[in-house]
Amino acid sequence: MRSLQDEGIELVFGYPGGASLHIYDALFNQQAVQHVLVRHEQGAVHAADGYARSTGKPGVVFVTSGPGATNAITGLATAHMDSTPVIVISGQVKAHLIGTDSFQETDMIGISRPIVKHSFLVQRAEDIPMIIKKAFHIATTGRPGPVVIDIPKNFSDPHYKFDYSYPKDVDIRSYKPVEEGHSGQIRKAAKLLLASERPVIYAGGGVVQNDASEELIELVSLLNLPVTNTLMGLGAYPATDKNFLGMLGMHGTYEANMAMHNCDLILAVGARFDDRITNDPAQFALGAKKIHIDIDPASLSKIIKVDVPIVGSAKTCLSQLLKELKKNESKLDMEKIQPWRDQIKDWRNVHGLNHEMLQVTSSSGKILPQQVIQSLYKETKGEAYVTSDVGQHQMFAAQYYHFDKPRRWINSGGLGTMGFGLPAAMGVQLAFPNSTVACVTGEGSIQMCIQELSTCLQYDLPIKIINVNNSSLGMVKQWQDMQYSGRLSESTYEDSLPDFAKLTESFGHVGMKVEKPEDLEPAMKECFRLKEKLVFLDIVVDPDEHVYPMLEAGMAMDCMWLDKKTKTWE
Amino acid sequence: MKRVVALLMENQSGALSRVVGLFSQRGYNIESLIVAPTDDPSLSRLTMTTEGDARVVEQITKQLNKLIDVVKVLDLSEEEYVGRELLLIKLDSTKEAEAKVISLGGQILFKNDSILNAEFVGSSEELDKIVTSLNESNLLEVVRTGLSGISSTSKTLTI
Repeated sequence: MRSLQDEGIELVFGYPGGASLHIYDALFNQQAVQHVLVRHEQGAVHAADGYARSTGKPGVVFVTSGPGATNAITGLATAHMDSTPVIVISGQVKAHLIGTDSFQETDMIGISRPIVKHSFLVQRAEDIPMIIKKAFHIATTGRPGPVVIDIPKNFSDPHYKFDYSYPKDVDIRSYKPVEEGHSGQIRKAAKLLLASERPVIYAGGGVVQNDASEELIELVSLLNLPVTNTLMGLGAYPATDKNFLGMLGMHGTYEANMAMHNCDLILAVGARFDDRITNDPAQFALGAKKIHIDIDPASLSKIIKVDVPIVGSAKTCLSQLLKELKKNESKLDMEKIQPWRDQIKDWRNVHGLNHEMLQVTSSSGKILPQQVIQSLYKETKGEAYVTSDVGQHQMFAAQYYHFDKPRRWINSGGLGTMGFGLPAAMGVQLAFPNSTVACVTGEGSIQMCIQELSTCLQYDLPIKIINVNNSSLGMVKQWQDMQYSGRLSESTYEDSLPDFAKLTESFGHVGMKVEKPEDLEPAMKECFRLKEKLVFLDIVVDPDEHVYPMLEAGMAMDCMWLDKKTKTWE
Repeated sequence: MKRVVALLMENQSGALSRVVGLFSQRGYNIESLIVAPTDDPSLSRLTMTTEGDARVVEQITKQLNKLIDVVKVLDLSEEEYVGRELLLIKLDSTKEAEAKVISLGGQILFKNDSILNAEFVGSSEELDKIVTSLNESNLLEVVRTGLSGISSTSKTLTI
């Protein structure tokens, strides 16, 4: 506990149990660290993750051994895939019992090994301060990621005394992340940028995590470059700016995907060319030179071979690049890329999503999920922190909520963890008690961590839950509609869904249900008028709506479905 | 193509499982693996052989470097290197077998009326040939250590 205080930690999420009782007793006797008691350990890790993503500070979790530890696994995998700094401190059975199948024993280090950046099994109590120091250093520097500290109960025993001191510095001989990009590579990158006629910036979560938005904006305005963000990168560049193409990839905009496919230069920053972006890597942007800035050397040329790999932090490398470009100010020629910009404008006119509010109208007389997000955007003036679960509603939120600032869009991009949204929103709301926090979810995802409604009451968290209820696992249904001739195998609930409004009320919050299009805006208004309350807005939407555009699997990035009948390829 | 990667890692519990885990996790294939502490007791040195093209091996070395416990990685097969492994065998103890072992350059380590143990040191290919040739005798058991290697250039795998 003292080490956590000395590390400056103010907030911990957790759930006590036998092996962590000593730690919880120490927690009881102090004021500096506030603890939030969740209802399930998965919720604790997601909440800490939401806190970390929205603040940039590490999120901390306490769990006990055995089931406490295993329940934390999904949260750890989520944090690992999205590279967020989360520290899970798990209780372990007493050291002499390890390996004996004792009560609530599980090999936490072993189970979590592939989904953490690093882990520590404490072997002497006196090592705890240094291990905690190292854990925070590892979690928050370089490419961030989760770290597990497993503490056998006898090493947290207050009777075990040692001379405490918290280390000031940490030095790990095998871990020295490189911040600064190689100057030769930076020069090459600048040269390519200046020579390019059809450039695109492809910016990902690394720009958000590394707080490099300012540098990105400056670079874009210096060269008047088109820029697209990944799902994880939304907010890295202001979505309402004219240079923004929208999100790219699987459900990216037509203009963003077309621009990627047809460009002659890609500047990738803090992104990792994952399969939801590139579609078939063998057909990916064949005419483009590629510059890739990433803090993780292993991300470079992993999927797509790049011409100019640059290892370093997004912020530092972009500053270096800016400096280099400014040296060549005479060569800056904004006119050169004008034809390219005109081309992008044409694509935008064919099928644009991001630059004006599309008046989506429903032929079915039902509310459309897109309208829900548009209404949310309007009501919150685009300034809310929006967490999301996973599925169609997540994609609609990414497409229709235009994030102008980084760290406002909090979703499980890499792992795609249903159940992430509500606990993540708790972490955000605790970090920003006076800000508006909305959780966009679906009736499927919300039921995976719905027990946290109880936590929200205990800690007075006025989250607004926007439940896009299509009575089915929407994304699964969409794929079944499109690829399995509409055979809806186990993706609907028949009549088994709960009355979410009543359910929420039983948790002590406000629940509302909306079914008619004309009731949507008034309900949304009412929802956000109740500033002090958690409101669960259950919105019944058209279950047959699909997310478009959608890349056709196994093809290039210009092969998209634009709606149920229109595709861009032969 | 066969590749030989050597690395130095922290000599502590859990380090080896991270290295081995990485291979199964990322779908890389390990053909052989050999590990022992170095003269600096805080470090272990590991040599592994794997199949893969240059791109796969580049990914492997980068991913290994990312592990916090891994201090330094060297792809020995990128340049000149020397690789050797040890072969221990057990044979029925006969005069012919003993003569055969000696003719193949092996050393007799143990001998009684029924059992004969011998050792051979060589490159993997040499040892393959020796095993094939010994198969004609009554080979009871064969054990190989896997390849250990050292570079033949000025590049050293030290800290």
